[in-house]
Amino acid sequence: MRRYSAFAIAREAARHHQGWEKAWRSPAPKDRYDVIVIGAGGHGLATAYYLGKNHGIRNLAVIEKGWLGGGNTGRNTTIIRSNYLQDPSAAIFEKSRSLYETLSQDLNYNIMFSPRGVLMLAQTEHEVRGWQRTAQANRLQGVETQFIGPEKVKELVPIIRLEGPRYPVLGALWQARGGTARHDAVAWGYARACSDMGHDIIQQCEVTGIRSENGQVTGVETTKGSIGCGKLAIVVAGHSGVLAEMAGFRLPIESAPLQALVSEPIKPVIDVVVMANTVHGYLSQSDKGELVIGGGTDGYNGYTQRGSFQHVEETVRALIETFPIISRLRMLRQWGGIVDMTGDRSPIISTTPLGNCFVNCGWGTGGFKAIPGSGWAMADLVAKGTPGPLAAEFGLNRFREGRFIDESVAAGVAH
Amino acid sequence: MLLLRCPNCGIEAEETELTPGGEAHLKREGPGSDEVSFESYLFTRQNPRGVHFERWRHAQGCGKWFHAARDTVTMEVLGTYSAQVTEPPAEIRAEIERRRG
Repeated sequence: MRRYSAFAIAREAARHHQGWEKAWRSPAPKDRYDVIVIGAGGHGLATAYYLGKNHGIRNLAVIEKGWLGGGNTGRNTTIIRSNYLQDPSAAIFEKSRSLYETLSQDLNYNIMFSPRGVLMLAQTEHEVRGWQRTAQANRLQGVETQFIGPEKVKELVPIIRLEGPRYPVLGALWQARGGTARHDAVAWGYARACSDMGHDIIQQCEVTGIRSENGQVTGVETTKGSIGCGKLAIVVAGHSGVLAEMAGFRLPIESAPLQALVSEPIKPVIDVVVMANTVHGYLSQSDKGELVIGGGTDGYNGYTQRGSFQHVEETVRALIETFPIISRLRMLRQWGGIVDMTGDRSPIISTTPLGNCFVNCGWGTGGFKAIPGSGWAMADLVAKGTPGPLAAEFGLNRFREGRFIDESVAAGVAH
Repeated sequence: MLLLRCPNCGIEAEETELTPGGEAHLKREGPGSDEVSFESYLFTRQNPRGVHFERWRHAQGCGKWFHAARDTVTMEVLGTYSAQVTEPPAEIRAEIERRRG
């Protein structure tokens, strides 16, 4: 693979850009791989990348039903933060955030990581106390966050209305090192690096069945024929339940659409990410000038990548209260992604009842920020067969044993 | 927006009038049951890509609970029925059969 660099741009500019290579190969599947990863979203590709990079696994395929990065990886609002309450969450999300800082250099692919800062508004007394508690917890966890007052909020976000009609802004939890990244580039960068390592990325290939013998996984049936494997990693977000059923077990997961929308592009008005959990809306501005807006999750199960209309209304209403300046903006696009929600709103990175079959799912409404850390922890689990320190607390058995990682208060609303 | 006929008061209710109540016909487990069945009752769900039997409450109307059969992919409502049953009644199953043909 030829590296991307300033020199490469100059070279290609001089010869009419005829020399760029395809970013990744599209090979036909082999008969057998040491490891198969189902799902070429961010988490699946990151798992494949760190299996190669950290554990030396080379005979690996990533199988994708649609196109890579076409699910939730390309549908989220690209927020990266690690200000969680519980220690296991803070550990994996902070690992992830720190990997994002150098990911462009690591992958030789510009993922446009922009540590512009994330503000989580406190608009009730309860929220003030909640975020103060989180800031204290973060201090103990080594995650740099700070509880700030309304004047500082106004300084960071001049377009905000502090005295909202329903909920005034009483302060905020500020993580200066949080921010955004280009979501497609994360998938493309990992895919390019995986392909360069010799991993096969097989798109347009749907898994239709999982084969096993004596309780050990032996391969998968796909629309491109049957493929054998030594180990299998299921990393498919919203469709985890469907794959788990093929593998013969069930998951504590329910799937529902989560919506997002973007406005028409305007001049820069906001240079941080703002999340308003009480009124329920969150907002940042993309480099193109569009306001990227995250909305709500449907309250009932669904697999339509669309969502209920009233959630759009709720979200927009909340944002207009908080940022009156945007009230005349037209919205360009709206879409949904299928999120997999667990009972404690924390992910599952786990062995399964089927031998050599591993599952990484349950990231719910906040998976994008976790991509590098999740891939890192999952690769460790798949390579060694037992979870490492990052994944240890996120096992499936926690639901049976009552060891929840309860983030539904800390992060149940917005991501 | 989903429209569900409340079998209790007969009103064709809009989604915003209703509160979703999750998967229907769960077998309730109490004290003394083993860990696996208790986990299954509390957390493990069918989560089907297709017909889902679920509970709804007509919260902004008559306030009563009922059941619905709905396709989670097409959002097609295949029928609503009483909350006082432990499994989908025959006519709902027949309707699903007929539409799936």
